Amino acid sequence: MTEKVKIRIDGEVIAASAGQTILEVARANNKYIPALCYMEGLSAVGACRLCMVEVSGVGRLLPACTTPVQEGLAVATSSPQLQSYRKITLELLLVERNHVCAVCVSSGHCELQALAQDHGVTHVRYPYNYPRLTVDTTHPRYVLDHNRCVLCSRCVRTCAEIEGAHVWDIAGRGIRSRLVSELQRPWGEATTCTSCGKCVQACPTGAMAEKGWGVEEMTKKRAAVSRLTSMREGQ
Amino acid sequence: MDKLKIGTCWLDGCSGCHMSLLDIDEGIVAVLNKADIVFGPLVDAQEWPDGVDVALIEGAVSNQDDLKLAQTARAHSKVVVALGDCAVTGNVPSLRNGIPVRKLLERVYVEGATVRPGVPTDGVPTLLKQAEPLHSAIEVDVYVPGCPPKPNSILLVLNELLEGREPDVGSKLRFG
Repeated sequence: MTEKVKIRIDGEVIAASAGQTILEVARANNKYIPALCYMEGLSAVGACRLCMVEVSGVGRLLPACTTPVQEGLAVATSSPQLQSYRKITLELLLVERNHVCAVCVSSGHCELQALAQDHGVTHVRYPYNYPRLTVDTTHPRYVLDHNRCVLCSRCVRTCAEIEGAHVWDIAGRGIRSRLVSELQRPWGEATTCTSCGKCVQACPTGAMAEKGWGVEEMTKKRAAVSRLTSMREGQ
Repeated sequence: MDKLKIGTCWLDGCSGCHMSLLDIDEGIVAVLNKADIVFGPLVDAQEWPDGVDVALIEGAVSNQDDLKLAQTARAHSKVVVALGDCAVTGNVPSLRNGIPVRKLLERVYVEGATVRPGVPTDGVPTLLKQAEPLHSAIEVDVYVPGCPPKPNSILLVLNELLEGREPDVGSKLRFG
């Protein structure tokens, strides 16, 4: 039997199981912590830095998605400082690539767009980067638009952990990091891709989409991808 | 009391934000009871007048004329509103920003032309290096994202500003 622990989230005492992360406990108790790279059913990687929280006694912020709970942990999720950092993080995500919602298939169903709205990002205070990026249309059914990719790596983990094909990886470092299929082979020529499309469904933005949809038309079945893991856990 | 003055202008955009402004329907009556529209594509004035209370600016800042008009509007207006995604983020006009201007013009007007190839120079303003959001060129007081912003959002912002209040658009509006 898993050990039970008690933690505090924003002052409220909450029962949790050892081994759970702060984010899992918060979500299970309707406490809001924003996140972009986290997706239920996938391993957590702490890539997007939106779920940073304050833990008392710790002199730095910790990502809620990768920090396990322990007895007596006290977490603050929405201090003015955190709110300000989240806004900055969202703005930096928006300037890094070319997120033009007006021409995006995922507009209205995009997690980045929704987070920006929720956090009152009405404009971006930093200069835009305007990188020249490619769009991979080589797959017969799906398209990958690097302009809209936030490098959350949900697709990488979905393909490796759920489909078991591991077509995707992140290549390069820092600002030059890029999502690649099969060691830089175009998606359409990737021999390990099963064309299952779960990466597309897991993608939080319009970076991966099914072909044939227009602006605002691409909705995603993220819960269906998460459900695969929970169904397998019962086996 | 004298009526307030609204000025509008259309930089590098599609006029969709102005269409959305017209789409406030009968809301325009309440607006015009409090203010006159003294400059913009909807009226005849040739020069941006002095003493404008609210400036609604649509479009990104893409060429020398855009920059000049934005600066004039700023200098002669109390409150400047960045109206719509092009003014707020650069949006569609900024899609050209990864391409050097010379290459871009040659691609369109030389390689892409079937008759009289050549980059036009007479009577057209010089393009800036990049199409930028309005706040990279002038100080902006209120941001109204949306492509276009919904008529109700524009009406809300206008009514608040004409009443002398700061509109709280916060989480009500989204990009796109």
